[in-house]
Amino acid sequence: MTAKPTNWIGVSVERLEDRPLLTGQGRFAGDIGFPHQLHMRIVRSPYAHGKLSGIDTSEARKLRGVVAVWTVEDIDDLPPIDFREGPNEKLAPFRQPVLAKGVVRYVGEPVAAIFATDPYVAEDAADLVELDIEETDPVIDAALPTSGFAQGLTTEPTICTQGYGDVAITFKDAAHVIEMDLSIGRHSGVPLETRGAIGRYDAARDVLELHGAAKVPHKNRESLARMLSRGTAGIHLYEGHTGGGFGIRGEIYPEDILVLVAAMRLRRPVKWLEDRREHMIAANHSRQQRHRIRAAVDKDGRLVGIDDDFFHDQGAYIRTHGTRVADTACGILPGPYRLPHFRVSAHFRLTNKTPAATYRSPGRYETNFVRERLMDQIARQLGLSRIEVRRRNLIAPEEMPYARPLVALGDEVVFDSGRYEELLDKALARFEWDELEVAVKKRRAAGEFVGLGLAMYVEKSGLGPTDGARVNVHTNGEVEVITGGASMGQGFETVIAQVAAQTLGVDYRNVRVIHGRTDRIEYGIGAHATRATVMTANATLVAAEKVRAKALDMAAQLLQADAANLTIVDGVVSRTDGSGASIDLGQLAHHLRPVSPTRGEREPSLASDGWFTTDHMTYPYGAQFALVKIDPGTGGVTIEKMLIAFDVGRAINPMLVRGQLVGGFAQGLGGALFEEFQYDERGQPLSVTLADYLMPTAHEMPVVDVMMLEDAPSETNPLGIKGAGEGGIAAVGAVIASAVDDALGNQGLITQIPITPQAIKAILDKRKA
Amino acid sequence: MSGKRDITLNINGEDFTVTVEPRRTLVDVIRDDCGQTGTHIGCEHGVCGACTVLVDGEPMRSCLMFAVQADGRRIRTVEGLAKDETLHPMQEAFMKHHALQCGFCTPGFLMLAVGALEKNPDLNDEQMLDILSSNLCRCTGYENIVKAVKAAAVVMKARV
Repeated sequence: MTAKPTNWIGVSVERLEDRPLLTGQGRFAGDIGFPHQLHMRIVRSPYAHGKLSGIDTSEARKLRGVVAVWTVEDIDDLPPIDFREGPNEKLAPFRQPVLAKGVVRYVGEPVAAIFATDPYVAEDAADLVELDIEETDPVIDAALPTSGFAQGLTTEPTICTQGYGDVAITFKDAAHVIEMDLSIGRHSGVPLETRGAIGRYDAARDVLELHGAAKVPHKNRESLARMLSRGTAGIHLYEGHTGGGFGIRGEIYPEDILVLVAAMRLRRPVKWLEDRREHMIAANHSRQQRHRIRAAVDKDGRLVGIDDDFFHDQGAYIRTHGTRVADTACGILPGPYRLPHFRVSAHFRLTNKTPAATYRSPGRYETNFVRERLMDQIARQLGLSRIEVRRRNLIAPEEMPYARPLVALGDEVVFDSGRYEELLDKALARFEWDELEVAVKKRRAAGEFVGLGLAMYVEKSGLGPTDGARVNVHTNGEVEVITGGASMGQGFETVIAQVAAQTLGVDYRNVRVIHGRTDRIEYGIGAHATRATVMTANATLVAAEKVRAKALDMAAQLLQADAANLTIVDGVVSRTDGSGASIDLGQLAHHLRPVSPTRGEREPSLASDGWFTTDHMTYPYGAQFALVKIDPGTGGVTIEKMLIAFDVGRAINPMLVRGQLVGGFAQGLGGALFEEFQYDERGQPLSVTLADYLMPTAHEMPVVDVMMLEDAPSETNPLGIKGAGEGGIAAVGAVIASAVDDALGNQGLITQIPITPQAIKAILDKRKA
Repeated sequence: MSGKRDITLNINGEDFTVTVEPRRTLVDVIRDDCGQTGTHIGCEHGVCGACTVLVDGEPMRSCLMFAVQADGRRIRTVEGLAKDETLHPMQEAFMKHHALQCGFCTPGFLMLAVGALEKNPDLNDEQMLDILSSNLCRCTGYENIVKAVKAAAVVMKARV
């Protein structure tokens, strides 16, 4: 970088995070270790469903190096894994026990835990544990009638219902009724780093430490305190580097509880690292739903009502999120369209598969696929273009803020701002849709299977209600921003530093950002649901503004000037007209030390807390467009052209926003074409390696054109920002389905994702026959 | 397990003499016995490539090799790329092009790309894409990794 910029917000600066990560100096869970630590290995159920009548650990205990072997009897005083948002009586019986008790409900369920001096020995010992399990019939399909879960409980813990208006009458009087049966496969985040947890009990301080924490350390501290019957002051969580989060990392799992309890009882640090097979069967799955949806539309293709019953395959237990994914799906399903009447019921069903929870864009990846398939089908049945049917239904800018009597993530849905049709027009022009339609027609006439697809969507971000940050200027001029945010690799440190730097008038490289540590700040919202930047950056802004005011006030006294005539550039305070003396922030911090005589009546330290509170989420929005080609010989899909148009309100670092959108797209593409956790009829998982669960490689990724817009800054926060973390992935299933369907002749044949080559081949072969 | 063996691994020019069970993987020994934790373990079955190191100049999955097989061989890991404070052109390019997010797959990609370009500085785009498709990244969508490797290739070639 040459001349020092004074503006840091909106600039694509290089990341502060990169250097240690590029030089092998990262601190991922596997890189953390303590003297005399033990290694934990989990013995897991090999059956999807069965009666667990005995566990023989005698041979395992004999192995040299094995310190302890635990089954449920050793930890029967521990409650099941709790919900993050606190107790929920109705759902409580369906929580997962730390170790299986009497029954196993999915392949991979923890049954016993080995603690040994060496990880290889721990694994040897795990092989020696003998399980006495009587296999019973598993539930594999969430859409089949319910069965018994336990005494007096069925496999449908609850039905989440939302809606408004009068759907019954709407359908009776509708000009057209369009029905579809649509399914989304079972996917998950599958980060490159598997999970890891290191428990350590410091008896000298009576503090229990969890290393390898992520995502929501502060909230998890509260959950752990409840589960372990300790005060929060005696538990600390430490987030190091995290090798990808995507929603699944950083939730509390049985393994986290086991390392903590073992650290206390065995009085040695306990380290657990998941292997990849374990990850595929034990970490949260997501997405799997089947929607039976119908739309009532008027003669012009305007939506009058939507009625949806869907089956949400939760897997074997209800984990930390409760019913959040299904709830969000209900609240966000209508998307960017006007919808006078709506009813949705989520049948929240338990099956004998790995339990499910959130994965990047939970509830939206699924419902964007469902709703946009429906819009394409409406266009088809009414003989309208897919563009026109959307135009007729989009919410207009003059209707903003647009309140919908629905709830998503416990928050009433109020779209804060949006220029949906304007974005559509800009994107159509950029994609050259009209020209491509002509070209596609020609190519089809020549026998090619090519198609165009589009999807429109509203994302959500910035769920509050409140987050805080502390900005502290040290006497050497270094700025520390202490946050309760979390970094999953998204560039959190850089973005927060940019906001602090611009506000204070310092170089962003002179800002150190603390995150993911409960011992440095009392509260923290973490990084989930695309809220880190919105919430923590705005709190940082508030704190930095206060520090700036304090610095100027102190400088005004020392420079004998009016604070209003002072400015801060590159950490130095001087008069705006450049005259007279100057003083740097480090010197001002020195003047504000508790012992400083120049401090006067001011509070000691050049530091301040800042709090940001918001009533509602903010809603970024976008559209995605794809041109695909099908190889009729193999059923393979090639994406020839791809555009993501997305309005983020205001970008703090455009390079990082683009990185989020393209990276998210790649994951979405996996879910659209390749990725699926499959099970056989006995509930045995078939996708347990990275050779069975196929994630996109560089080969499968098309060039992605990103049109990042800032036309509709958020009305809910001073920086005007909307989150970008989930905007890339949210509509990929929808857009690829739309394009593949078009390539197959626009007949509404694509009703599930992932769209496998086998499925395409079957459609083509059937047509031939 | 009995039958431990004394082996010497030369990692980034430094000899590490360690006593290991024959069943220990190279990546575990590099990380746990030699303390070089920059090399990461992503799958332990040779698919993701996060553990890629150079063994006598060849990119290798260090999870698919036993440490005893690497006895006496020259191993290069991510820790050896930068010279003092000066980053390798591949590291520079990754930073400039935002080719990493969480950074977990990054050491593997760096070693893969450096190894491939040292062997053949004139890789064309298709060859480069083929090689980079052998490792997995879950954050970036690869676009910036490909850009960074192309940019670094130009710098590396100019320096030879």
